[in-house]
Amino acid sequence: MPGTELRGVHYLRGIGDVEAIRADLDGARRLVVVGGGYIGLEVAAVCRTLGLDVTVLEMEARVMSRVTAPAMSEFFEDVHAAAGVNIRTGVRVSAFEGPGRVERVAGAAGEAFPADVVVIGAGIVPHQELAAEAGLACDDGILVDECARTEDPDIFAAGDCTRHPCAVADGRPVRLESVQNAIDQAKAAAAAMCGRAAPYVEVPWFWSDQYDLKLQIAGLSQGHDACVLRGAPESRSFAAFYLKGGRVIAVDAVNRPAEYLVGRKLVAARAEVPPERLADTAIPIKEIGAPFL
Amino acid sequence: MAKITYIDQQGTERTIDVEAGMTVMEGAVKNSIPGIDADCGGACACATCHVYVDPEWMEKVGPAEEMEVSMLDFAEDVRENSRLSCQITVTDELDGLRVTTPRSQH
Repeated sequence: MPGTELRGVHYLRGIGDVEAIRADLDGARRLVVVGGGYIGLEVAAVCRTLGLDVTVLEMEARVMSRVTAPAMSEFFEDVHAAAGVNIRTGVRVSAFEGPGRVERVAGAAGEAFPADVVVIGAGIVPHQELAAEAGLACDDGILVDECARTEDPDIFAAGDCTRHPCAVADGRPVRLESVQNAIDQAKAAAAAMCGRAAPYVEVPWFWSDQYDLKLQIAGLSQGHDACVLRGAPESRSFAAFYLKGGRVIAVDAVNRPAEYLVGRKLVAARAEVPPERLADTAIPIKEIGAPFL
Repeated sequence: MAKITYIDQQGTERTIDVEAGMTVMEGAVKNSIPGIDADCGGACACATCHVYVDPEWMEKVGPAEEMEVSMLDFAEDVRENSRLSCQITVTDELDGLRVTTPRSQH
């Protein structure tokens, strides 16, 4: 990507980047964020709250498209728009421009977005080069089993870079970019190395803090055939349950930690719960989850 | 700076100095004190940094806020003096604080 070497253009991969970005925001007026996933939206929320003009450029048709359902994307697009963030979906960035210091971000369709600071939060490519060079099977991620073992029983891999079986993903191996996965896979690897193999069967979970909203996610919603809302999105406290064949496969909870925690148990149990019950806020969520807790 | 004592279920006490501004959870994790998992790193998103605050310190530590109360509701073996340690910020006032870690964080 031309222009990434310009001053004011930052990736966000480590604490050093955070410190560099923070220093660069001083006196900056316009921020352009490349990528409308969690990282992009979290940066947008923080910087908008600091008073900057913020534009988010997302390649796909909706934000957080790889990780949540359309209903949730729409909710967060509305939240950011209401806060004054300019979210532009369907925009592919082609270059960063400006002599010496960045002045604008160029879109592939000819758009130009003025910028004093740019943060690129556009997702990762797994570091599988070492594994590939060693001849280990990779497929957008180093292939491992439930104990984080590669095809060589003496070599393990864990974290964002692996593709692994997931009990709640309908048999397809997944690559998860999350704190929870990195920690739990590492524990599985350590246990296996110590001869006390305990297969990693955790329900994937995740969270994202944006403004006053805590989004908590459990399970993987891809492939759902029903989405049930509990509570009203306008209240900024609600949950979306995703079902497949009548069974709960995932939950997205916004400022509803109880729904998230019960939801996790429902997902683990592949619980069959009538949609009307999930939607009925007159029934405490603890009661709905009781048979599965 | 405050001296914080972490007591495990066997009664073993481990006392360390924790800088004001850090949380009770961070003090434990940065000093390899066992018994606190803190899976989410302090974001009040996982309820695995659960501790029991010594009763005589409850007032000084103060009550939990709404999000923490909801998360605690689902932790293991929750008692009157349960808190999520990532939500307790250390001040000089908490010098001498004693907390007990639970049997399990999961």
